[in-house]
Amino acid sequence: MIVGGGVHGLATAYYLARNHGLTNVAVLEQSYLGSGGSGRNTAIIRSNYLTPEGVRFYDRSVKLYEELSTDLNFNVMFSQRGHLTLAHNDASLRTMRWRAEVNALQGVDSDVIGAAEVGRLVPQLDLSDTAHHPILGGLYHPPGGIIRHDAVVWGYARAADALGVHLHQGTEVTGIDVEGDAVRGVQTSRGPISTPVVVNCTAGWATLIADMAGVRLPITTFPLQAAVTEPVRPFLKTVVVSGSLHVYVSQTARGELVFGAAVDPFPSYSMRGSLQFTESVAGHVLELMPALAPLRVLRQWAGLCDMTPDFSPVMGVTPVDGFYLDVGWGTYGFKAGPVAGETMAELVATGKTPELIAGFDLARFAEGRLVGERGAAAVGH
Amino acid sequence: MLIPCPLCGPRDALEFRFVDETVRRPEPQSASPEQWRSYLYLRANRAGAVTELWLHRSGCRQYVVVERDSLTNTVTAARLARKEAVS
Ligand SMILES: Cc1cc2nc3c(=O)[nH]c(=O)nc-3n(C[C@H](O)[C@H](O)[C@H](O)COP(=O)(O)OP(=O)(O)OC[C@H]3O[C@@H](n4cnc5c(N)ncnc54)[C@H](O)[C@@H]3O)c2cc1C
Ligand SMILES: [Zn+2]
Repeated sequence: MIVGGGVHGLATAYYLARNHGLTNVAVLEQSYLGSGGSGRNTAIIRSNYLTPEGVRFYDRSVKLYEELSTDLNFNVMFSQRGHLTLAHNDASLRTMRWRAEVNALQGVDSDVIGAAEVGRLVPQLDLSDTAHHPILGGLYHPPGGIIRHDAVVWGYARAADALGVHLHQGTEVTGIDVEGDAVRGVQTSRGPISTPVVVNCTAGWATLIADMAGVRLPITTFPLQAAVTEPVRPFLKTVVVSGSLHVYVSQTARGELVFGAAVDPFPSYSMRGSLQFTESVAGHVLELMPALAPLRVLRQWAGLCDMTPDFSPVMGVTPVDGFYLDVGWGTYGFKAGPVAGETMAELVATGKTPELIAGFDLARFAEGRLVGERGAAAVGH
Repeated sequence: MLIPCPLCGPRDALEFRFVDETVRRPEPQSASPEQWRSYLYLRANRAGAVTELWLHRSGCRQYVVVERDSLTNTVTAARLARKEAVS
């Protein structure tokens, strides 16, 4: 039984069926498939993280994404157009050198470049040294890019369905039956189901599901907002991120510019957008690219992010037998969908925790082994 | 979202900094490492009525205990934190 019909729940179901031949699997989704973060994210894929655990893990996901259109027979429009994080001060340059070294050791293409090269990649950037946040250089990651997030969700859902997995939309999980520290079943808005296994793939709602099993989580739910402009001719190839300005920009295949930022300043389960977000994101984008001033914002929206103290996920077993976690995806979990699905399916099918996710266990918080990714994940994408 | 600061009156939430949900600190001398880490990392993260600590950063610079609904962001009460800290 998988709770949550986002990319994580659907990918886990798909790999359970495809890699392990398990098809007596159901995905329970309270709303429609992709209604959570998976249909609301800004679809940036990259693997240039800070810790060896993180880099290895996200790199496997990039590899799976590269093959996903063929694998699912569904065009997910993965466009590896390059990912550029700007440095506006010495401290961020230092973290970038550190990231580039860790990345190189794991075989991930990622380099620190100077301001002149930044200008060649993105001529629209304001490179003057009178800028409030002057651009000193950047971390350039050529295999990073953007994807069609809805297509990933639909592709996994269709492929899982074709293999015999049951997908139940409009089915809210309201309780989990635990007897003697083991899962026995779930209660839903459409009746009870008995099952020895529950995988929690509910991202922003993860705490509410874990509470039902009596498992406490190191998670706080924050909204993250994004906005999109009217479409213009393609001019921006690279995804551009600025940590100091808390903003990032990419251009979709349709020509819209997608803007993202850091999470809202306080936790909430409400998905209302705010004027403060639009004002601040527009101001910061214009500091980076003044020529965008005439563009109009078409839409803005919000999604819920399950933030952890170390900006790494929480994956694997819990003290309750049969209750598994695939949560803590914060503002960065879409890119992890394929690898999380692959490894969670392996864990559920074999009972053994795959090496790739061993460091992301819940017990690390009680044992003080955090996997600090803040330096590579604080601007949400 | 407006927060009724006990000293300054109703003010925009942007004047404040969200600090944390209110968690009870275990006794540092006697707490086990596990108890201390639960205090540091585990959170209730409730959907509905929550009690939180906020700082009126751009106002009176006092810590304020805020009662709020995390599903609707409606604030129902705010009290000075220092009045509660003693008890
Ligand atoms: C604005 C924004 C931008 C982002 N940008 C990026 C990015 O560029 N790159 C990136 O990698 N990540 C990004 N993210 C993060 C990413 O979207 C998430 O980490 C990811 O989608 C999580 O996927 P999921 O399948 O775990 O959860 P979700 O897609 O959130 O799915 C969880 C599902 O669980 C369901 N559910 C909840 N409670 C119940 C219940 N009781 N019963 C049944 N179902 C339930 C929900 O309805 C929901 O559909 C962004 C997020 C946002 C909000
Ligand atoms: Zn005040």
